[in-house]
Amino acid sequence: MNTWAARLDNPLSARLRDPATSGYAGILLAAFAAFLAIPPIEARTVTWPILVGVVAAVLGIWTVTRGRRRLGWGAVAAGVLGIALGILATRSGTGNLQSVFDATLVAQTLGLATPLVFGSVAGIFSERSGVVNIGLEGMMLMGAFWGVYGADKGGTWAVGLLVAAAVGGLLALVYAYFAIHLRSDQIVGGTAVNFLALGITGYFYVQLYNNNPIPNGVSLLPNVRIPGLANAHFFGQAIGDLNILTWASFVLVIAAFVVLFKTPIGLRIRACGEHPRAADTVGINVYVVRYGCVVLSGVLAALGGIYLSEGPQGNGTFIFNMTNGRGFIALAAMIFGNWRPAGAFGAAILFGFSSALALKLQVYSPQAATLFQILPYVLTLIAVAGVIGRTVPPAADGKPYKKQ
Amino acid sequence: MTDPGPSPSPEQAAQTGTLAAALAVKQRAGGFMVPLATVVLAFLMGGVVVAATQHSVHKALLAYQDIFRGAGLNWIFHPTTNILNIASYNLSQTLLQTTTLILTGLAVAFAFRCGMFNIGGQGQYFVGLIVANWLGVDLAGLSPLPHILLAIAAATLAGAAWAGIAGVLKATVGAHEVITTIMLNWIAIWVGEWLFGDGGPLQNSTQQFVPVSNNVAKSAQLPVFWGTQGFQGLDIGLFIALAALVAFWALINRTTLGYEVRAVGFNPDAAAYGGINVKKNLIRAMAISGAFAGLAGAVDMLGYLYRFGQLDIPVSQVGFLGIAVALLGRNTAIGTMLGALLFGGLLYGTTHGLNATSVIQPELAGNLTYIIQGLVVLFVGADVLILYVWNSRKRLRAQRLPKTAAAPEEAAA
Repeated sequence: MNTWAARLDNPLSARLRDPATSGYAGILLAAFAAFLAIPPIEARTVTWPILVGVVAAVLGIWTVTRGRRRLGWGAVAAGVLGIALGILATRSGTGNLQSVFDATLVAQTLGLATPLVFGSVAGIFSERSGVVNIGLEGMMLMGAFWGVYGADKGGTWAVGLLVAAAVGGLLALVYAYFAIHLRSDQIVGGTAVNFLALGITGYFYVQLYNNNPIPNGVSLLPNVRIPGLANAHFFGQAIGDLNILTWASFVLVIAAFVVLFKTPIGLRIRACGEHPRAADTVGINVYVVRYGCVVLSGVLAALGGIYLSEGPQGNGTFIFNMTNGRGFIALAAMIFGNWRPAGAFGAAILFGFSSALALKLQVYSPQAATLFQILPYVLTLIAVAGVIGRTVPPAADGKPYKKQ
Repeated sequence: MTDPGPSPSPEQAAQTGTLAAALAVKQRAGGFMVPLATVVLAFLMGGVVVAATQHSVHKALLAYQDIFRGAGLNWIFHPTTNILNIASYNLSQTLLQTTTLILTGLAVAFAFRCGMFNIGGQGQYFVGLIVANWLGVDLAGLSPLPHILLAIAAATLAGAAWAGIAGVLKATVGAHEVITTIMLNWIAIWVGEWLFGDGGPLQNSTQQFVPVSNNVAKSAQLPVFWGTQGFQGLDIGLFIALAALVAFWALINRTTLGYEVRAVGFNPDAAAYGGINVKKNLIRAMAISGAFAGLAGAVDMLGYLYRFGQLDIPVSQVGFLGIAVALLGRNTAIGTMLGALLFGGLLYGTTHGLNATSVIQPELAGNLTYIIQGLVVLFVGADVLILYVWNSRKRLRAQRLPKTAAAPEEAAA
């Protein structure tokens, strides 16, 4: 893999000759093949998706012959998938298509992706510093309950945000103490965090609300309308009126990227995750960095969690085990995105899109909608199996560090 | 129990980093006392939560008494086989939960012995449950013995295959088994939602909008020996679980397979150097691990559940409880049994075992189980804490001796 600097030095023609380029172009074309058949383009003949899909597959095979086998076969598979989806789409009625693929799908995708973005960036901070965080699910669940509790008792959603962040950070601090100081196995510790969060939220929900639902009228996380955009034709519905945390998630991704890869602090964090001994030698306090990152991870995960209870879908209610695996999808997005904020964001959007599509399909085929929920997990399995590229965790991820 | 090869000192083992090595340290570090201390500490902290929220220490003690009775453990004071007796009924229900937890605990323990963390017991359990339901319903008309054997064998194999995916991925491309088993868990959960859901292939044939499966045929139901068939009587699944415990012990300690699995768990590089096929053993261990969880699903389905619904899926936590059971039982057969009994009692005693006169309402107490479970796993995982206590004793002894005498003792420890 070339570094960015080396890539920039190469002339454009050389980069085009790189087998990776044809591979990625193939995958892009494959996506385009499926895209052709749905609104707004909506080709009604099967010819176009097939044609574009075949070109994608050919590009893939070309990539294989030039040595990038994994990427090439990935492009071939994507091409075939693109053709299949394209044919399926052209076969179904135009009315159905338009009601599924409209602007609200974009808004829903972004909304469903929000907790995943927070969760996966939370995971990135923790794991980049060398601490595996299986406990994301539990930290999100804590945010979901204590956030809505804070908003209910405090009277405003801002209090809810603060309470959620504080409780998430506190649980992460307990986990950090066991993972960093006591050097207990991090997978075992994370599992414990998930059980604890399940028990604590369930216990206090019954205790504080007497097993009744949380009363209506809790102050919810507000939507933020972009004045110029909100009335625009397609974009108004799509991104004109998103939740405050959804906007925050965009900022978070950029901030996480800048902090991790463009600042000295980020360099220290990554050093602790790749080679803590070396980091220690040059004077970085590995323990402080790891504590900071794990606590930050808990805070961010809890903010993702509060979106579930206090966001537009949650509507100020709490349900036992409300996260229902979203913490693990966030974990999957982190892995799928190769422990990078931008990659994790892309994966979260993809997973959010599959959930949004599942919601829309509910009307036409509840069974297909249920099966659609499997997509994130299957994709992650494929990703860790290394069929399309290979995901590489930080070298010291999960290894407790002992000062000498 | 014999360790393969000369064992490293606890500190060395902790630093080589493999899970099995670290667990082996704990195995020697405190015998029976450490899990006991862990449980006491977890119950104490759970009690503090109850006392704080109920504003009374007395109430917390009474709550634990209720849970003890709810689990039917007061049966030992006046044993009777009469199932109408409330204590004996509760005990039979606790033993039903124990049966499941023994098997899901063994699933986690076996993988641990090979240095892997099988967090996917829940998924493998569901796969076993689904296959047992499918064959139990579809093969109606078979005579009981072949029907039961067939359904159990198929469910066990299905569990093995499901976990085997993680084993193969670990052996071939090095994918971390924790990640793959988590993903497989959720795939199994959603497949279950689809199968049992409205219009799903396994949904019942009479009520169209009830997302519950058909009952398994009479011929596939395990015989009940304590209680009433069809009313959650205690079935022979308990003996299957006990047999599995013996099989686990024999497999680990008395066969070449077990020796190889443990050797890979202690140190894969050393095992490979000694001529053991590491990849084969990783796949094998994961598959056997999944087989235990699949068997758990079959025993539950054919033993007392008979059917399963979409709404039961998110409630079921037995696969995850297996992690606590195995860790508490130190991945040994006898330890797993005791751990399963403890959590089986807790699981039933904090939920259905309680009634309106209980100090603590069942909805509250059920969550107490998860809190205690979380605390147990948290404390059991902190081996440095245990090591520190264990080694401080040794350090004290070493200080009293001259330096030259202490050195060889440390090397030998």
